[in-house]
Amino acid sequence: MTVVGVALTADVSGALYWSEERLLVVSDLHLEKGSSFATRGILLPPFDTAATLARLAAVVAQYDPRTVIALGDSFHDRDAHERLAETDRDAIAALQAGRDWIWIAGNHDPLPPKSLRGSVAEEIAIGAISFRHEPTGAEGEIAGHLHPKARVVTRARAIDRRCFASDDVRAVMPSFGAYTGGLSIRDRAFAKIFRSPDFTAHVLGDASLHIIAASRCY
Amino acid sequence: MNAHDSASDLLPDLFRRWFAARGWSPREHQLALLAKANARRSALLIAPTGAGKTLAGFLPTLVELSERANAPKSKVKSTGRGVVREGGLHTLYISPLKALAVDIARNLERPIAEMDLPIRVETRTGDTPVSRRQRQRRDPPDILLTTPEQLALLISSADGPYLFGSLKRIVLDELHALVTSKRGDLLSLGLARLFRLAPDVIATGLSATVAEPESLSRFLVPQIIPPPSASGASGGEEAKADIVIASGGAPPIVEMLDTKEHLPWAGHSARHALNEIYDLIKRNKTSLVFVNTRSQAEMIFQDLWRINEDSLAIALHHGSLDVAQRRKVEDAMAAGKLRGVVCTSSLDLGIDWGDIDLVINVGAPKGASRMMQRIGRANHRLDEPSRAVMIPANRFEVLECRAAIDAIAENAQDTPPLRTGALDVLAQHIMGCACGEPFLSDDLYNEVRRAAPYAELTRSDFDDTVDFVATGGYALKSYERFARIKQDKDGKWRVANPRVRQSYRLNVGTIVEEQMLKVKLVRSRRGGSGSTGAIGRGGRMLGEIEEYFIEGLSVGDTFVFGGEVVRYEALAEDQVYVSRANDVDAKVPSYAGGKFPLSTYLADRVRHLLADKSAWRNLPEQVRDWLSLQTRISRVPGPREMVVETFPRGGRHFLVCYPFEGRLAHQTLGMLLTRRLERGRARPLGFVANEYALAVWAVGDLSAMVRQGRIDLAALFDPDMLGDDLEAWLAESALMKRTFRVCAIISGLIPRRFVGEEKSRRQMLFSTDLVYDVLRKHQPDHVLLRAARADAATGLLDLKRLGDMLTRISGHIVHRALDRVSPLAVPVMLEIGREAVYGEAADELLAEAAAELVKEAMG
Repeated sequence: MTVVGVALTADVSGALYWSEERLLVVSDLHLEKGSSFATRGILLPPFDTAATLARLAAVVAQYDPRTVIALGDSFHDRDAHERLAETDRDAIAALQAGRDWIWIAGNHDPLPPKSLRGSVAEEIAIGAISFRHEPTGAEGEIAGHLHPKARVVTRARAIDRRCFASDDVRAVMPSFGAYTGGLSIRDRAFAKIFRSPDFTAHVLGDASLHIIAASRCY
Repeated sequence: MNAHDSASDLLPDLFRRWFAARGWSPREHQLALLAKANARRSALLIAPTGAGKTLAGFLPTLVELSERANAPKSKVKSTGRGVVREGGLHTLYISPLKALAVDIARNLERPIAEMDLPIRVETRTGDTPVSRRQRQRRDPPDILLTTPEQLALLISSADGPYLFGSLKRIVLDELHALVTSKRGDLLSLGLARLFRLAPDVIATGLSATVAEPESLSRFLVPQIIPPPSASGASGGEEAKADIVIASGGAPPIVEMLDTKEHLPWAGHSARHALNEIYDLIKRNKTSLVFVNTRSQAEMIFQDLWRINEDSLAIALHHGSLDVAQRRKVEDAMAAGKLRGVVCTSSLDLGIDWGDIDLVINVGAPKGASRMMQRIGRANHRLDEPSRAVMIPANRFEVLECRAAIDAIAENAQDTPPLRTGALDVLAQHIMGCACGEPFLSDDLYNEVRRAAPYAELTRSDFDDTVDFVATGGYALKSYERFARIKQDKDGKWRVANPRVRQSYRLNVGTIVEEQMLKVKLVRSRRGGSGSTGAIGRGGRMLGEIEEYFIEGLSVGDTFVFGGEVVRYEALAEDQVYVSRANDVDAKVPSYAGGKFPLSTYLADRVRHLLADKSAWRNLPEQVRDWLSLQTRISRVPGPREMVVETFPRGGRHFLVCYPFEGRLAHQTLGMLLTRRLERGRARPLGFVANEYALAVWAVGDLSAMVRQGRIDLAALFDPDMLGDDLEAWLAESALMKRTFRVCAIISGLIPRRFVGEEKSRRQMLFSTDLVYDVLRKHQPDHVLLRAARADAATGLLDLKRLGDMLTRISGHIVHRALDRVSPLAVPVMLEIGREAVYGEAADELLAEAAAELVKEAMG
């Protein structure tokens, strides 16, 4: 995948790797989403944070990045970081060890997670690329927030998966969290960002990524 | 005669005169139920449609209440609790349909008015205004007609003990239909509570004929709980209600259409017989045309109107139509204005439709009892035979129809056995109990086991379920502070806060609808690309359609809905936009046979029919020829054996087998077989299943592989496939995820409706599929996953049946290597391309879709 000429690796896990910068980006971790619902009486299984962090650990181990950007909505609500189990807190610390870690503010977590390491930013620009949580459609922008997913009608059946959405000028990343569903890339929110229906879905398969025109998805 | 006379003495003069004035005499079973009620015995009445079942059920109530009215009055009316009073609720009637409750209330008004009985009858359904519901709790009627969900709500209110303390009788209508689902589980738990609140209450069940009446009769009485310490000493005889069987009226006259047309090899449309169906409607006064799926109903209805030269009044009725439209059809039907109604199982249950003189069943009958109940809809008079004509849509369905007709002639029944109570329903009930009055675990455990479906419930399952209701039941104990129910210092469980109670009220019930989308008719936007932007909102509402059906469509596809061919335009939130299409032929949705698989019993009969050549003479000539040809070219399966054929075709190699166990079990088998063939390097590509057979295709030469011993068929079909292979598949199975979603909703893990929101929220804030994935990985023995597994045994995956089949055929597999497709294999081969193909990995399919695009782009 390229964005304004910069070569980026879209990983099948939903993470994005910029090898030139040794930079790994993940978006919408929504940590402690389960316990967030539990506070409202909906007792979702409390394993989501551990599951998300385990997947993150795998992709961090694979690329060994110098810098990790969590592209906003890393926590499902403002108090989520305080509800982290000790083991999950340790897991985050282990991931952060020896590398720069940047929490981009999201609408779910506008304030920095005080109890955790890492620097905090509203947005960040590296070369021609700017990273922010909510997409604006600007050139060179990599954002999250929308949780893009694609439904591909294949010969056998319809397959529903998370995906990257990109038109070589900007990209929207899939959500990385265990409990985060998605918004169809045919929703008008995407048309607004890409300014035309002419963009591409990088669909997350089980073991590989599949590039399919958005107009072929639902 | 003596018994009859003495029973007849039970009938007070007032009632005798009323019967006489109507020119009726009480039927034997009506008097028998009166005698049972007098002896304070619970009873199960088995009677066909039209036997006066409802009156039989209510007669004891009417008699008792008329006598109570004559006794000296000292009725204490009080809104206070714990006040001993006369009067109060006497009889609780529960039916599966709220429309039925309303219908029965209307029917009861007549005897009550004509005998001038001082009896107040009221209904209570989801439609009953809040003010009346509140009043009913304080000042209940004598007879309350309601549904299982409303009963659950009443029990969970603090007024429960007051309201039901006076209860004398419970009448359960259409019991055979209620007990086959989780609603039956919920009802049984409600009954267990009523047995405690009103220890003297007796129950009367009204049921169509079932295979095991003895087992059904257990449902009506509290089950005996053996004392925990009494080793060896069983709790004595099983607790059962008495059984009253109404003499079955005239046996029905059932025929199979011997079509003059070419009998199709496959498909479910029965289009070949359209003119013959039309003729039947024309020759009779009012016909019900039953089909198995909504889409079939749509298509037949549309086709009939295309040839309706006499403009016969033919209507359409199915569950997805707009309610107003359904009511219109029902009213026209009751008024005798219709000549034919094309309908699905939405008309299976007991509302009286007036005079129907013919039932036409299009397609597979699926089960003998099911078919008999449908046929019972024709002619509600007992002494005249019901008439039915069965229209098989393909050759296999001819065999199924023949087997069903033979079964009906023998009055053989194939209703399913009584369910084992589901744990997700138990969870809902436990929450309901906590919403009422605080309970001790020991007490509630003993109470719920008095319900027949839960008689065998283990203490550990019960405790796990309580734990689930309280804090989610997770190994990771992090939700103690969010507990929904908590134990007080006496150990009693009570609701933690009022919001929990509100949420329970909003979400009670076990009917989990498929995710439905509203269908709206708009003007076509030619060349539209399916974006949700440009379609004008608004449009006429046509009804609702299953989301998974729409998911399989592409923009521009046409399908039949609401009796017209429509074109799929766009999808936006929970609405599907369609336009009127001018096409005559739609790309008709073909989700094959509908929800119900072929019953095990009928499947067995079909296998025997096939194996017994002398019985073939009762089959149409076309079918006889087909089977004879099969005998010459390959083999017709014997009653116990399973024939497996392998042959090449079109550059691929096929394996076709004939388990006759229904589409659901075959689909599961197909999933597991392809996994095994994959491991055996046969390179399977996909499979397709119908009710009778399964076809798998592969790149590898299957015939050669069997010959060389590289595929061992006995090992391929070994029951051990239900071990690790199944586990691996369940991790990703969409059907399993659908099953889990239902359990998650019923158990109250995931609310359908949120407190403070009027409308149900379609856009769930999380996906149950993702919850399933996470839970399965981290706590595979969680109580909800156990509940989902139990459902999978009989539901969408039909695992139990598959297991039974694999055991049955073990050692009886007969292989035929052929050089081409056999006659018996043609029907399932024709399904390829019409039905969804399973078994292929998502990555391959996505890669293929991507590659196709590249090809398009390169010209």
